[in-house]
Amino acid sequence: MSRRVRLLLLGPALLGLGALLAWAIAGLPAFGDYRGPYGFVLNRIVAPLRHTTNVVMGTTFDVRGIDTMGEEFILYAAVVGVTLLLRDETRSRQAERRTRRFGNDTVRLVGVGMVGGGLLIGLWLMAFGYITPGGGFQGGVIAAGAIVLLYLVGSHRDYRPFRDERFLDPLEGIGAGGYVVVGLAALASGAAFLTNLFGLGTPGMLRSGGSIPVLNWASAIAVTVAMLLLFAEFLETYVVPLEPEDAAS
Amino acid sequence: MLLATLVPLQAVAFGLVALGAPLVVLTRDPLRQALVNGIYGVSLVCLFVVLEAPDPALSMLAVSGIGYPLVILAAVARSRSHERTKDDEKR
Repeated sequence: MSRRVRLLLLGPALLGLGALLAWAIAGLPAFGDYRGPYGFVLNRIVAPLRHTTNVVMGTTFDVRGIDTMGEEFILYAAVVGVTLLLRDETRSRQAERRTRRFGNDTVRLVGVGMVGGGLLIGLWLMAFGYITPGGGFQGGVIAAGAIVLLYLVGSHRDYRPFRDERFLDPLEGIGAGGYVVVGLAALASGAAFLTNLFGLGTPGMLRSGGSIPVLNWASAIAVTVAMLLLFAEFLETYVVPLEPEDAAS
Repeated sequence: MLLATLVPLQAVAFGLVALGAPLVVLTRDPLRQALVNGIYGVSLVCLFVVLEAPDPALSMLAVSGIGYPLVILAAVARSRSHERTKDDEKR
């Protein structure tokens, strides 16, 4: 197709798309307008019924607990897929080579501080997710990111324990399986799957929400380890074959 | 009609996002694009916070600040090491 024909085709297509887009935007509800009843209902019932001061977490781990389980297994399946695709035994041995430390002291110092700080923020987000904004997913990714910083500012040797599959694989299983086990425990007790089992506790305290903290920690472990496994595979497959001077620049 | 309902802080946050998005697209070098995308992610985080949605803001922070750049950087490192092995073979 010549350039002219393509432009002739593009013109009407752009016009049509633009008109549809303008029509759709003109029909949008006003800014800040919310009509769905679901949010209003949740805002009213979650805190009194589940004793979680963060309604979002009460929703994700209790009202829509089974959806979150599905999401957890999406991540799990993604990690399994990446691992199966990228696993290459010859590379793992090569990975031991990069033991040289990063050159710049200032960067290393700041980085080491960020490892501790990041880990602390991650753990705080996990632990208090159902009280203040946060939760297992966000805390997990941040904690895993802090651990990966060890690789960047330290050496591969410092980071090695955190990419050891003998240690990570069971933990991932505990995280992903723990969620299901809590759901099955409810079934065994005669209630429906993922019914909130344990005492609800005092709102605003760490001991509140019943099953929600347990589910939250299970998904926090699953997400942290899933990210670490992903990083380990990516680092081994992509980054390590680089020469040290490239990896440091 | 839309602009009249915005609080100035919200308008600034929306403006930053509107400014950041084309910058990401216009950055050609993948390595720089990963960095610019991270900064753009932070502007989205600001927008979410201003719109009183702290939980999505934290998710956005975790994904755009840690998860996504790491995957991109790893892929860039991979493709560059490929290019270099090709150069080595030519020599």
